[in-house]
Amino acid sequence: MRSEATEGRLVTLMFGQELTSPKADRRKVPDKGALPLLELRGVETRPTGTEMRLKGIDLQVYPGEIVGVAGVSGNGQRELGDVVLGMIPCVRGEKILFGEDITRAPVGVVRRRGVGFVPEDPLSMAVVPFMTVLENLVLTRTGHYARAGGLKMDWRAVHSDAQDAMNRFGFSFSLYVPARTLSGGNLQRMIIVRELAYGSRLIVASYLTRGLDVRSTIAARQALLRARDEGAGVLLISEDLEELFALSDRLIVLYDGRIVGTFRPEETDIYTVGHLMTGSEVPHA
Amino acid sequence: MSLLAILGVISSAIFSGTSLLYTTLGEVITERSGIVNLGLEGVMLVSASSGFAVTYLTGNPYLGVLTAMLVGGLMNMILGYLVVTRGGNQLASGLALMFFGFGLSALIGKPYVGAKIQGLPRILLPGLEHLPRLYTSLFQFDILIYLAIPTAFLVWWLLYRTRWGLGLRAVGESADTAFASGRNPWRLRYQALFVGGLLAGLGAAHLSIAYAMNWTEYMTGGRGFIAVALVIFSKWHPLRAIVGALLFSGAVAFQLLLQAGGFKVSPFLLDTIPYFLTLLVLMIWGGTRRYTAPASLGRVYHGTE
Amino acid sequence: MPETKIIPSRLAGFWRKFLDGVVRYTLMIMLALVLFGVILLVSGRDPLHSYRDMLVHTLGSTYGFSEVLVAMTPMLLTALAVALPSRLILINVGVEGQLYMGACFATWAALTFPHLPAHLLLPLMAFVGMLGGALWAFIPGYLKARGIVNETITTLLLNSVAPKIVSFFIFGFWHSPMDTDKTANFVPAARLPTVFGTRIDLSLFIGLALLVVFWWFVKYTRWGLEMRAIGGNPQAARRNGIPVSAYLVIGMCVGGAIAGLAGMAQVSGYYGLLLANFSRGIGYMGFLISWLSFGDPLGILIMSFVVAVIFTGGNLLQLTQGLPFAAINLLLALTLFVVLARPQFSGFVRRKTA
Repeated sequence: MRSEATEGRLVTLMFGQELTSPKADRRKVPDKGALPLLELRGVETRPTGTEMRLKGIDLQVYPGEIVGVAGVSGNGQRELGDVVLGMIPCVRGEKILFGEDITRAPVGVVRRRGVGFVPEDPLSMAVVPFMTVLENLVLTRTGHYARAGGLKMDWRAVHSDAQDAMNRFGFSFSLYVPARTLSGGNLQRMIIVRELAYGSRLIVASYLTRGLDVRSTIAARQALLRARDEGAGVLLISEDLEELFALSDRLIVLYDGRIVGTFRPEETDIYTVGHLMTGSEVPHA
Repeated sequence: MSLLAILGVISSAIFSGTSLLYTTLGEVITERSGIVNLGLEGVMLVSASSGFAVTYLTGNPYLGVLTAMLVGGLMNMILGYLVVTRGGNQLASGLALMFFGFGLSALIGKPYVGAKIQGLPRILLPGLEHLPRLYTSLFQFDILIYLAIPTAFLVWWLLYRTRWGLGLRAVGESADTAFASGRNPWRLRYQALFVGGLLAGLGAAHLSIAYAMNWTEYMTGGRGFIAVALVIFSKWHPLRAIVGALLFSGAVAFQLLLQAGGFKVSPFLLDTIPYFLTLLVLMIWGGTRRYTAPASLGRVYHGTE
Repeated sequence: MPETKIIPSRLAGFWRKFLDGVVRYTLMIMLALVLFGVILLVSGRDPLHSYRDMLVHTLGSTYGFSEVLVAMTPMLLTALAVALPSRLILINVGVEGQLYMGACFATWAALTFPHLPAHLLLPLMAFVGMLGGALWAFIPGYLKARGIVNETITTLLLNSVAPKIVSFFIFGFWHSPMDTDKTANFVPAARLPTVFGTRIDLSLFIGLALLVVFWWFVKYTRWGLEMRAIGGNPQAARRNGIPVSAYLVIGMCVGGAIAGLAGMAQVSGYYGLLLANFSRGIGYMGFLISWLSFGDPLGILIMSFVVAVIFTGGNLLQLTQGLPFAAINLLLALTLFVVLARPQFSGFVRRKTA
């Protein structure tokens, strides 16, 4: 009896339909001749408090690929995402986005160039809890919906764009309630709509599916793959090795603020990556 | 710029700085427990007026001083009720208390405007008896002046060498932690406010009973706010407050000195120097991120639910 | 289940809350009046007589009512000066100092250009007044935006400096031949025009207009939206690309400018000259009004009106009951105390049991 209970069968029974977690069978080899969307060269940060210091980060993200960043929480994941965005200053090294230097650029500039950002704890890091969902959806692109030089906001357009996006992704959540009343899953869906649905060319996603139920997890992964298929580049930061192996085109391991390994997922396995994540030596076979 | 002039400046600074020092010491205690008292101006005014009234009515300045102290403590209790028990915003409650003090002090003091009292007796600094009259008149201090610096040390001892002070400072840093370790933040804050009020009343008493020896509306002239600035300047430490008080009150006296020396600088501009200094000091610390304010200063403690 | 309703259910929740608020605030004011009445009794005066006098002469006569509006105007403006930055969670206690600096700059303009016609001089005075206030608010704003010092402390310090600077100018350069603590009267061109033969001047209407602008700004404009986001979660706002630092500095400066305008209105409209230490807490009262109304424009309007009634009535008590004018601060303070203590008068407007 026990051998019949596969994960897929259980999910089907729970949700009454077949839900397959997206796998990497649609993976593509990125065209290395193309210009990287994002390039970090020797990037270092200086922490103010309990943060981890990033040292000598070199990485590239090409169009149409998902670069997975594996690491145990506390080894620089949050700092990596934040330094790409410009939330924390880069004291050494360079950041190049879509071919232009953004090493000193403020967050607003980076955002307006077309960078989406899914933070690891959206409610505290990227959402204004008392404002409505619709208002929150607008916050990254207020200029786009401003009319009369900023004197009015075109809420009708916001609404219809949001509705379109929700339909495309197959999401459904209420738009006119305070954001803090959304469930964890719906909040993540809202963030995914905001960051992935409006043509972001580079997406940084941190712990995309942490704490989500199965259905939301699948929806989130599908959205990410769709964005990738449309040509976006994705930096996927996660602790979930299964997710990283399933979705990444390339895999990077972050430990103690440094990149300690770069692989293609088919060249390695969970155990090697796991060892690198904890800083221990890779055992020889 | 003779020696006499310089000594005159020092004497003047000591006279006017004493009331400031007492009040500042009181506010140090209060803020160490986490409460900012923007109403000090009002507290001082009510204490000054009631102390003056009692002195006039009884002819006994010591009674007046005691009254002023008690009244100060009671005024602070109002702030305690609003902030600690009712959870009101500290800044707003303090300012409301200030207006309350404006009104109450005017009411109490009205019959005594222009009255004259026999203030605290002034005693010559021991050891200077053989100096010429001109000099000795500069150094005849009342008992409150003599007690000022010892009081600063007393406050230091209270804060750093007693269990009560330790608990108080713990509440000021983190009321939650203090509560978890068995202390009662509400009671400690009330106590801090009361002691702070006693000291503020003492400062006010010196002003109306010993120094100016009269009563006029708004006679504290901003000392309540100066005390708040001084607390920051002294980094919430009682001993540094001594220096601060001399500095702040010395500015006016310093102006006289400059005038005597032929420099005419406006006393008003000189008065601003201590504030700019405080601002400068704040900017320097802020830059190195070593802000030593009590961590829970200004926040309302709601208790653990 | 029987539902006890005083308000029929078809009245929306808004009206229920409105009535509940009215009842609560009325009770609070009455409590304050009772407390003040006790104080009046103790000091040998008749409270009922006093209150009746106050009401009759403030709200009962057109002139009294106009005096209320005159008293209300500066507090309305200073409350606005606090309310705008408060949307960014900026605590602008510095309105008192910004008020003085605005008055100072405006006085400079009035004394330097006495020959200009009113339609040039007044806007100039308003402009430099706002400039003065904005400059005074810029330093705290900048220090806050850079994360160096908290604006509460810096503004408090600067509050103490501003009146001294004003005194410096008055006693040093600007004083009239007869008095050292104030300037000579401004030329008529430097005075804000009054209306209807009362002392109400243009600044009241400017204040009301600004109130409406403030309401529209926060609710409908793009910048109001971004400001609310900053106030709600500054980290999130920053992560979404909103330039938080710029808003902090500009927010403080605009608040300072409004306070500076209030200062200009005081010297140009109310006094007609610059008097040393002319403000007995107008700025602080504005702070309290804004704070206690949570920065809501309607609340600010109502509260500043109520406070103005009390102030104006107090003026009268000085004449009829021999009360020192400052004593009216007592009634004000008691009202504030009651509001701050948030007494739980349980809902007299009962709700549907859900």
